[in-house]
Amino acid sequence: MTELLEPRAIGRDTVRRDGEAKVRGTATYAIETPVEHPAYAHPVQATVARGRITAIDTSAAEALDGVLVVLTHENAERLASTDDREFAVLQGDEVAFRGQLVGVVVAETSELARQAADAVRVTYAEQPHDSELRVDHPDLYAPEQVNAGHPTDTAEGDVAAAVATAAVTVEETYSTAMYFNNPLEPHATTALWDPATDVPLTLWDSTQGVHPARAAVCEVFGLEEERVRVVCPFVGGGFGSKGTPHANLMLVTMAARALPGRPVKLALTRQQMFALSAYRTPTIQKIQLAADRTGRLQALALDVVEQTSRIKEFAEQTAAPARMMYASPNRRTTHRLAALDVPVPSWMRAPGECPGMFGPEVAMDELAERLGVDPVELRIRNEPEVDPETGKPWSSRNLVHCLREGAERFGWAERPPAGHREGAWLVGTGVASSVYPTMRQAKSTATIRFEDGRYVAEIGAADLGTGAWTVLPQITADALDVDLDDVEVRIGDTRYPVASVAGGSSGTNTWGSALVVAATEFRSKFGGSPADGDEVSGDVDQASKDEDHSAYAFGAQFAEVRVNVATGELRVPRLYGVFGAGRIVNPRTARSQLIGGMTMGLSMALHENGVWDPRIGQAATHDLAEYHVTVNADVGDIQAHWLDEHDPYVNAMGSKGIGEIGITGTAAAVVNAVHRATGVRVRDLPVTLDKVLAALP
Amino acid sequence: MKPFAFARPADVAEAVRTVAAEPDAVFLGGGTNLVDLLKLGVARPDRVVDVRRLTSREITDTADGGLRIGAAVTNSELAADRRVRERYPVLAQALLAGATGQLRNLATVGGNPLQRTRCVYFTDVSTPCNKREPGTGCSAVGGYTRYHAVLGVDAALPDASAPKTCIATHPSDMAVALAVLDAQVQVLGPGGARTMPFGELHRLPGDDPTRDTVLEHGELITAVDLPPLPAGARSAYRKVRDRASYAFALVSVAAVVADGEVRLALGGVAHKPWRATRAEEVLAGGPVTEHAVRHAMDVELTAAQPQPGIDGGNGFKIPLVTRTVVATVRDLTSEVPA
Repeated sequence: MTELLEPRAIGRDTVRRDGEAKVRGTATYAIETPVEHPAYAHPVQATVARGRITAIDTSAAEALDGVLVVLTHENAERLASTDDREFAVLQGDEVAFRGQLVGVVVAETSELARQAADAVRVTYAEQPHDSELRVDHPDLYAPEQVNAGHPTDTAEGDVAAAVATAAVTVEETYSTAMYFNNPLEPHATTALWDPATDVPLTLWDSTQGVHPARAAVCEVFGLEEERVRVVCPFVGGGFGSKGTPHANLMLVTMAARALPGRPVKLALTRQQMFALSAYRTPTIQKIQLAADRTGRLQALALDVVEQTSRIKEFAEQTAAPARMMYASPNRRTTHRLAALDVPVPSWMRAPGECPGMFGPEVAMDELAERLGVDPVELRIRNEPEVDPETGKPWSSRNLVHCLREGAERFGWAERPPAGHREGAWLVGTGVASSVYPTMRQAKSTATIRFEDGRYVAEIGAADLGTGAWTVLPQITADALDVDLDDVEVRIGDTRYPVASVAGGSSGTNTWGSALVVAATEFRSKFGGSPADGDEVSGDVDQASKDEDHSAYAFGAQFAEVRVNVATGELRVPRLYGVFGAGRIVNPRTARSQLIGGMTMGLSMALHENGVWDPRIGQAATHDLAEYHVTVNADVGDIQAHWLDEHDPYVNAMGSKGIGEIGITGTAAAVVNAVHRATGVRVRDLPVTLDKVLAALP
Repeated sequence: MKPFAFARPADVAEAVRTVAAEPDAVFLGGGTNLVDLLKLGVARPDRVVDVRRLTSREITDTADGGLRIGAAVTNSELAADRRVRERYPVLAQALLAGATGQLRNLATVGGNPLQRTRCVYFTDVSTPCNKREPGTGCSAVGGYTRYHAVLGVDAALPDASAPKTCIATHPSDMAVALAVLDAQVQVLGPGGARTMPFGELHRLPGDDPTRDTVLEHGELITAVDLPPLPAGARSAYRKVRDRASYAFALVSVAAVVADGEVRLALGGVAHKPWRATRAEEVLAGGPVTEHAVRHAMDVELTAAQPQPGIDGGNGFKIPLVTRTVVATVRDLTSEVPA
């Protein structure tokens, strides 16, 4: 148990410290970094899904006036490590997916680089490719583990026997689409290789972690960490796609090393991002639920089929939430992967929990319907006393409270009957649960120094637009017991102490913990009246980490859906979420995070659809005109509320992380509402008008 | 993307001469489509001729009680014009259903109808496309067809490998409204000026899918004329799309209902704005009941061909367009006129 900080700045609605710079346009993003005489890089991408490059003709590109260098596998430097094949750019003639990097042009202008890249002629010996995920794919395999170190499979009791004898069962298959990360700011870098200096490589990169990015680059290029600096004050969105570097960072580093002394800029185009910036695997979810007449689950099984790339395994932990969400004596979860000739999947907001709270939360609604039990009540009846997966008690679990408060705010008890019609619209309401694990990374260090009458804290953290610039000073001020105005926190540079990735909703929990340790040590060492220059460092305190409890944030989401009786057009005029996510450090930035997650969940429900064209091995929808994301006009009354939750086990702030929980469960709530409006149970996302048209009057 | 010369001639005549003189010269209006295609390497002109400041930016009353719209009038300006909103609601609604405020501020009346048909394979130069590279085949057939045509496709088609196949759709909302309004297009070309019915401007792919309109090289739209609608006529535009804003139509309907007359044009279903003349003939003179409209649409869609493909194909458009027409006409005939 941890003594929680006395909240003074924490919990206060605090304006973003970086807000003014962003609104005025003075915040510099990676590609805008002011450098002397920059050059511009443009990638060349493979146009076959599998094969070998038999010839690559760069002469036309090199002949263009202003082209500085053209790199291909024939002349690129050999990398120190090619263990990670995603990062092994331009190292051979093999093509493993359409859109793979096969070259890069650097020129005096971005337009010229683009023109020259088009002029590179690549000849391939094309080989048959397999890029289509199928539930019965012959090469499905069980990975050693799935993302975040979860076991691949789990089993307890006898699901088959329970299903055979249960009063009510649901056995259905659900699927989620392929989702492509498209933060507003594309993946972008300004890179400078200046071998004459002590720190020859500087990367101004859009990243969720300057230290993790540096570590990856050092490994690939065989550089000492002291000789590389990564800088990233601002990020225009990451959502996991900038949590680990991708091939573009290695490519621009290689391009810069080919032009010593010359800064090189590379920003991926929107179309390039669909092959290079990480996407969420499509998932196929086979679900079995069995319950007694009262709705108490007797069995819960989730068998997941999903994909990875042939060159690098990423196994989304889709079944993870099914292991801990509800009580059931018999349970089974499995993950099976097909390794395909496709781009490399990776993190996207709430990997695991996001797709994994779709199928099961729709199945729960189907079970409620078959039982004739209110779906809110059904979830409450299956509330586990301890974590079903580990047997540990919860650090805090307020799902029932979230469901009840959400139902109250939404007017669930007074909701219209199934198939209710108002004018040209059928109206339906739906509910689903949300969950996200509470994480804290093992390593981060913060320094606090007394400087000109103020406390300056430094930590290499990243603000993805989430609010780290603002909430870290709030935490530091409370930990030092000083006014917020007396604290400055500097982030986003490897010159500051090492910080973990902004991922897994762990940033505030981790960096805040390091800041609290540093502040505590600062006070014990220097007391209340420090001298100018007094400084200490503090690390995340692993010794105090609670291992005896299972820690998650929970939530409940309620959706009202309207379906046009003539056209099937879908609208969501109301979407309410209530979350139990520990102590909220800043209500302003928290609200943005939560409604942002819910909006992305709405986008997953109705719009986002990476339509894979297996004939050519790429997404047919590979720009923002075709790959639809929810726009303002699609969002109605969206509300995020939170409980006043006290959790003494998670960390000194009592915070649980809020970056990802908002996207979990949303799509299920929408699908469940569509069913109530139309009677159509859409089990394959997204819900589009053609899927409900046949059922309309 | 390839470099091009940029010209800003002094007047319309010089602009026409400049484009006519070079086979790979193009006019630039608002640029909302052309600039995208330049960046993607789909359009590869040698010379881009800016006409935005040359044609009229005026909307004027005509002697017959209609309007003449200069080609440089922006979509935003046209949608906001009081006369358009009062006399031609179908046009104002179509304009506001298109794109976004920012794009509508750039797009022009002369340029918008000339945007290219849309298809994900047309805009991806790494895939075969008969429209972009004649004779290479049509990647859309059997591919992603959700936004593709169901009308005006040759019965022998679609055949992905056939050298003329194209199943793309024309994306302009405004054009569907202009088609139903029997607009006239004023054109200036190297051979002089001519006027043509708007309904004849666009063409089906036929034996040359590279051409979206009948305009000859060097011909420039200088104005669009709207004839007056019959007294008491009511009109509306209904666009059905995958999200509430900023998406192309799955299907759209422009409808005019007057005494003894129903006019219908459809968007999102063909290579051109589709005037539903067969349905109009069926409805002519008779009572405009829901049953009659449904029957008329059945006749109109007799030759409709759903396109199978990944993600379920586009067969849903056939019932959807009928449902949308029925609902739109119902609204027009049941509401109390303002």
